[in-house]
Amino acid sequence: MTALRTLSRAMFYGFVRDRTAVFFTILFPLMFLFLFGGIFKDQSAPRPKVAEIGQVQLLDAMPAAARQQLAKALDLTQTADRASALERVRKGDLAGAVEQQGGLVTIHYSVGDQVKAATVQGVLQALVQQANVAATGAPPRFRLAGQQVEDQSLKTIQFVTPGLLGWAIATGATFGAALTLVTWRQKKILRRLRLAPVRTATVVGARVGVSMAVALIQTAIFIGIARTPYFGLQLSAWWWLSVPLVLAGTLAFLSIGLLVGAFAKTPESASAAVNLIVLPMGFLSGAFFPLDNAPGWLQAVSKVLPLRYLVDGMKNVMVRGDGPASIMAPIGLLLAFALLLSLLATRLFRWDDV
Amino acid sequence: MGNIIQITDLRKRYGEVAAVDGVTFAVAEGEFFGILGPNGAGKTTTLEMVEGLREPDSGEVWVLGQRAWPRNPRLLSRIGVQLQGSAFFERLTAREQIETFGALYGVDSHRSDLMLETVGLTDKAGTRVEQLSGGQAQRLSLACALVHDPEVVFLDEPTSGLDPQARRNLWDLLRDINRQGRTVVLTTHYMDEAEALCDRVAIMDNGRIIEMGPPVALVRGLDAPVRVSISSGRLDPALTAALPGVDSVEDDGVSLVLSTRTPDALLAALVEHGALDGLQVRGATLEDLFLARTGREYRA
Repeated sequence: MTALRTLSRAMFYGFVRDRTAVFFTILFPLMFLFLFGGIFKDQSAPRPKVAEIGQVQLLDAMPAAARQQLAKALDLTQTADRASALERVRKGDLAGAVEQQGGLVTIHYSVGDQVKAATVQGVLQALVQQANVAATGAPPRFRLAGQQVEDQSLKTIQFVTPGLLGWAIATGATFGAALTLVTWRQKKILRRLRLAPVRTATVVGARVGVSMAVALIQTAIFIGIARTPYFGLQLSAWWWLSVPLVLAGTLAFLSIGLLVGAFAKTPESASAAVNLIVLPMGFLSGAFFPLDNAPGWLQAVSKVLPLRYLVDGMKNVMVRGDGPASIMAPIGLLLAFALLLSLLATRLFRWDDV
Repeated sequence: MGNIIQITDLRKRYGEVAAVDGVTFAVAEGEFFGILGPNGAGKTTTLEMVEGLREPDSGEVWVLGQRAWPRNPRLLSRIGVQLQGSAFFERLTAREQIETFGALYGVDSHRSDLMLETVGLTDKAGTRVEQLSGGQAQRLSLACALVHDPEVVFLDEPTSGLDPQARRNLWDLLRDINRQGRTVVLTTHYMDEAEALCDRVAIMDNGRIIEMGPPVALVRGLDAPVRVSISSGRLDPALTAALPGVDSVEDDGVSLVLSTRTPDALLAALVEHGALDGLQVRGATLEDLFLARTGREYRA
């Protein structure tokens, strides 16, 4: 067997037989996928709850079809107890309570949730106007027609999968490089390798190859699970362009790991340092939630983080359907980042603890 | 037989400390050479410079006719190295370790079974290194050092931390390796190990070689007295003084220790007095040599 193949095998076995490493690079990010993808699956805002106190002629006289249409906007319940209904509005359990005396329809609301209160008022306003027009007997002069367009907003899973996958790859590659370097130095394997007629390029090549393989496995598992009907990820036609992105991202994060490994003396301190770098980077780079509403300074910070480019590129090709042009800049920046940090790490590299 | 290793006036400083302070020695082909000394004597640093792992501050190291520094891959493929404590890839089995190290030297993987058999670990082939005992790990480490059939083997404290049985077991293995014609250089802080294994030893202290030669010759050259000890209270104190050839007497209440340079006469006299109860006769050892040269007790 060649040195490259055998060293790669040794590193790969070392990884898959390490339950902690497998947990943090594969299962831990998947847990986040279940959390984000599962909890926020039904993204539409809940309907405002409205109590109908006693008889409300305006609503009761509606035809069944119109009543059904109304149920999409409001969650109506009937009650005879006026005092308790008003109390529940005060506490915020109900968005409003409606009652009617003759021609006067009264809506009780609180300003606790202004959006819901406005929705309820708007809906009832429309119903009252409609009833007024109908009462005149004249045909309405204006009509509103609804026309559905194709839904292009990103569903939670569409957004969360590329983001979490990017973060998972960042974690895996950084940990892989840092821990290999630190444990191999500590256990004198680096020293032993130096005493064998093997080239440094072979050792580095094996580590890069194994990290890339691990990243592609992460990608396959992530996409496979997100595409199950439960999550319902829809991939764009250009999704396979995520492969070069993943590889470039792996190089960038390997270089961070090398840098951490050059400083850290023990595996424990290396893990802590990696977590300290990669986890905040996940938040700052839009891996967990969109940065669209984030303040300007955060958007500026995110622009110097490699994870931002990995996540952006992945979103572009996996779910937005952008073509090859959209990943050129991210890949270029990731590779430049990798080159810069690798050069720095090489200068700081130590064979021994002494 | 030529010299496999030639070292001349080797020096290495770490800050203010002269770890190796002018070391010169040569090792002949097929020789079993030991570097003996207490911890911190400079053994490992010397070995690391001979292996080509560290750059000497000054002095020369030639191994198999080539310079050891800078790192020389052609030389590295002819030497085998076992580092202090064992250097293993994590979570690999015994066989996978040998295969991996073998591949670094371009050795075919089927040699690993032969190596496992050589060091008596055939039944542990599928066991991960983390589960091996100290002795098994040392033997595996030796197998990894020998996988490419090197001409010279460097062993850094191979029996450190092993129980007595595992040590003997490893000694047998090391003798076999040497008997197959390989030159062996070993560091140890165990005097008995050096005496039992080495053709020649260099005794180091504070970065210098204080004595060098075959262990038996070194001890003999010391001309140290033989120490005869018997149970305390078996011999009348008046008689003790009259014993032939006694240089000094110590009695710690348990044993009476008599130093002599003429043990024949002394032992005959003791037989005569019927005072051989608890008899022990101890000739000089490398420890006495260390004491005589440094004025300090040898503490590994």
